[in-house]
Amino acid sequence: MKLPQDLKYTDSHEWVRWESDGSATVGITDFAQESLGDLVFVELPEVGQAVKAGDACAVVESVKAASDVYAPIDGEVLAVNQAVAEQPESINADAFAAWLFRLRPLGQSSNPRLLDSGQYATSVEQHK
Amino acid sequence: MLKRTVLYHTHVAAGARMVDFGGWEMPLHYGSQIGEHLAVRRHAGIFDVSHMRVADIAGPDARAFLRHLLTGDIDRRGADQAMYSCMLNERGGVLDDLIVYRWGDETSRFRAVLNAATADRDLQWMESVVSDRGLQAECKARPELAIVALQGPDAAQVLLQANPLLAAHAVPLAPFFATRCEGTFVARTGYTGEDGFEIIVPGTEAPALWRSLLEGGAVACGLGARDTLRLEAGMALYGHELDEGVTPLESGLAWTVDLGSDHTFIGRDALERQRASGPLRQLLGLKLLDKGVLRAEQAVQTPHGEGRTTSGGFSPTLQVSIALARVPAQVRLGETVNVQLRSALAAAQVVKPRFVRHGKALV
Repeated sequence: MKLPQDLKYTDSHEWVRWESDGSATVGITDFAQESLGDLVFVELPEVGQAVKAGDACAVVESVKAASDVYAPIDGEVLAVNQAVAEQPESINADAFAAWLFRLRPLGQSSNPRLLDSGQYATSVEQHK
Repeated sequence: MLKRTVLYHTHVAAGARMVDFGGWEMPLHYGSQIGEHLAVRRHAGIFDVSHMRVADIAGPDARAFLRHLLTGDIDRRGADQAMYSCMLNERGGVLDDLIVYRWGDETSRFRAVLNAATADRDLQWMESVVSDRGLQAECKARPELAIVALQGPDAAQVLLQANPLLAAHAVPLAPFFATRCEGTFVARTGYTGEDGFEIIVPGTEAPALWRSLLEGGAVACGLGARDTLRLEAGMALYGHELDEGVTPLESGLAWTVDLGSDHTFIGRDALERQRASGPLRQLLGLKLLDKGVLRAEQAVQTPHGEGRTTSGGFSPTLQVSIALARVPAQVRLGETVNVQLRSALAAAQVVKPRFVRHGKALV
């Protein structure tokens, strides 16, 4: 299972990259794309939309199932990846390159919900 | 413990993602379900369908038994011809859809292939019909046989490369005809809407057959692709388009019913009554117009009342989401309906319940 160590994770299988400007880029993990199978449809949030940590703010649909993508932090949507919406299969090809949306954090800067790569790997193992 | 076919280890060694399919541990895909689907549409793929049940029917009353059991009339099929039809209960509800093959030109020997999920129930039913009517016929399950489906426009070419002797017998077959070659049974049938062959061999020979077909250029394909291929082809899946609560007339299978004057079969009276008053529902296709993915069991709002999708998914050939749906009889092709997706209503166009044939889009 691919698992970049410089990213943060949630136990609902999102990854988070903290950018130098303080924004958070979000996608789904390699484990998630592998479990879902070939992705055929992605629904992204609206730019400007406010989200709370744990809100379902995007949807990825594969050949066999639909899956909500949850906001990892409280924030405001700064940007969405239109290319991924047009080519959902790019998530299967490289889940960590195929970002879904970028958030401007609102409220506290440290988030207890986010896991490091080791904690995420443990969480995946435990739920197998 | 899940049941396994003789090809289980072959699938695992090939990196298949194995899943529980009606109590059988089967390959869902070997890497990409969509890739496998497209390989069948454009070239050739192979499927392990050994979880399905071969049953041989023999005896002096075998022909009469099948004529009574099935909606299709086996008398109207020639030597070595296959017949796709339904097995009904007394109320006209579908117990299973199946293919029966004539064995050469014999009248006391036939081969049937039953769905995996219903095989045990089917055989019990068949035996009870035989004994209730005091017929001299025997239904013998053949669980030791394996079935490999080779499907796609290049199927004949692959077979020629893989097994020239088998190809010499199989390639001249017209669609829906079968033959036998040294213990192998092969039919020009399939569940994908492409050309192809379904090959039945003793289980012990299946790994070598599978290997030879791969070497002949076929791509290994899992049950995920099998489902999207049959959906595009508009073919029914028992448990979705068909179940005991629906008749063939409400499921797009009126064509499988032979209502000839001397063909009495179980469920005929119920079908005649339904035909006389006009079925209330019909099976049609849906093509999603808005964004999203159609799935099975979604509510469909039509100008003539509510319906329900029976199967749905994304069509790799059409690059749009499609579904089969049971809707009120008055719904017309071309009408727009609304389908309740996960979170919203989405518009869909009503089309014929067959989306792709021989690799070409029909809708």
